[in-house]
Amino acid sequence: MDLFTFMKPKNELESSDEKDVKKPFVPDEMWEKCPECGTLLLTTDIEENMRVCSKCNHHFRLNARDRINMTADKDTFVEMDADFESTNIIGFPDYDEKLEKNKKKSGEKESVICGTCKLGGIDIVIVSMNSEFMMGSMGTVTGDKITRAFEYATEHKLPIVVFTVSGGARMQEGILSLMQMAKTSGAVKMHSDAGLLYITVLTDPTSGGVTASFAMEGDIILAEPKALIAFAGPRVIEQTIRQKLPKDFQTAEFVLQKGFVDKVVDRRYLKETLTHLLKIHNYGEVEK
Amino acid sequence: MSAFEKVAAARSTKKLTSVDYINALFGESFVELHGDRNYSDDKAVVGGVGMLNDMPVTVIGLEKGRNTFERMERNFGAAHPEGYRKALRLMKQAEKFHRPILTFVDTSGAFCGIGAEERGQGHAIATNLMEMMALKTPILAVFIGEGGSGGAIALAVADEVWMMENAVYSVISPEGCASILWKDSSKAAEAAECLKLTAKDLFELGVIERILREPSNDDRKMFESLKLLICRTFEKNLSIPGDELAKMRYNRFRKIGKQDA
Repeated sequence: MDLFTFMKPKNELESSDEKDVKKPFVPDEMWEKCPECGTLLLTTDIEENMRVCSKCNHHFRLNARDRINMTADKDTFVEMDADFESTNIIGFPDYDEKLEKNKKKSGEKESVICGTCKLGGIDIVIVSMNSEFMMGSMGTVTGDKITRAFEYATEHKLPIVVFTVSGGARMQEGILSLMQMAKTSGAVKMHSDAGLLYITVLTDPTSGGVTASFAMEGDIILAEPKALIAFAGPRVIEQTIRQKLPKDFQTAEFVLQKGFVDKVVDRRYLKETLTHLLKIHNYGEVEK
Repeated sequence: MSAFEKVAAARSTKKLTSVDYINALFGESFVELHGDRNYSDDKAVVGGVGMLNDMPVTVIGLEKGRNTFERMERNFGAAHPEGYRKALRLMKQAEKFHRPILTFVDTSGAFCGIGAEERGQGHAIATNLMEMMALKTPILAVFIGEGGSGGAIALAVADEVWMMENAVYSVISPEGCASILWKDSSKAAEAAECLKLTAKDLFELGVIERILREPSNDDRKMFESLKLLICRTFEKNLSIPGDELAKMRYNRFRKIGKQDA
């Protein structure tokens, strides 16, 4: 027998040259891999765990709508200025197309959702930025919606909770985006001077013009674990100083240690923490 | 001049810096005040008090330096958080004594580095924006060269913003914009055009109030008329009650990008 012409008998299940062999069907959306520890997780399990990895506590990014649903008491959210839409105000090339694409992708009209709701039975104004819309960048409409949310809160003497996620000012709107930093800061100041509470929750990633304006202006600044919190992003810094940055640089824990965040809070305890802080500031009924 | 040529002119090392303007306008009366009372004295920000004709004024400028040695010492006008905090300290002091505040802006941006992040660059700028908006004393910002993003607006939340004809003011550098959008920083000239960053563009967008002709260092007459113009603006704004002035300042920014409800 010629040893080299010997072929292993074909096994029915192994017939690799046949392409229409049926493998067990796993729909993509059923599983998600944790980007931190690599564990394959059932999507339903992640959802149940508020999109936190049950193995390593990695906090998956949330979209703005899910964030509000997770935070507001059931059926209490009323959206404000829902129909505000960005236009290409300085005629920046390809911006119209980019806006259309992001509207389709996110199902939202802008990079922020604002409104009122109850949180633990307490009336608040809530602002939730959206990483799925142009990476949460701040254009004029974003800035205007946030400013109006603060003005509404000031007028109605309500506390405000803002969830930030942003790559910074939106360069397609040029200088007009930069002006939103001053505008939102002015609105925060008026809310603050009226003696009202502003809590920021920094989520991954919060950077640039948003960090350098309302994100850092809260009375109390909370952050989600491991969230990137920066003025200049790590890549920009590495290019400027031409050296590699340590791995934990600019994480929520790092910023906490440097003294610019009050507390890092696990998402699963966030609602509880916010409610407690609101009550300490005499909002809602004070428990005796 | 194209937009990118304006950027090059704004960055030119031959241009007058904040210190030149302060010397020309305040002369011997200028007393420099140092430090943020918290961490250190950032030399990228120069500030102090002096007399503008008969008027006591607090003056603060982002300083790039006038020669290589100075430029190193001043970190090329890129301030750290302590620089912005020093500026705010001096502005609060001005408010206390009801002195008007004059700022000169000339920076490629707030410094990007490890120390700057560790000491809260974002927090420092944010605090300036918030506090400047409510200051009960007149503020005037003059852009004399580069106005780089957050690092520039941190000294420019003012009642009026003026720009030299060859100054620029932008949300991002043309190079940064080109490399993010087109992955090609050599397209900076194209990006400069798109960003609308020249004095003329900004005037048309309603972001600044006045475009100034640029003085040269020995041009006494130009400086005298600039001094007069600044004094008149301060006199007008000093007559407005502080609360009202702060409200006007807020409305000045409030109307930029305002949507119809």
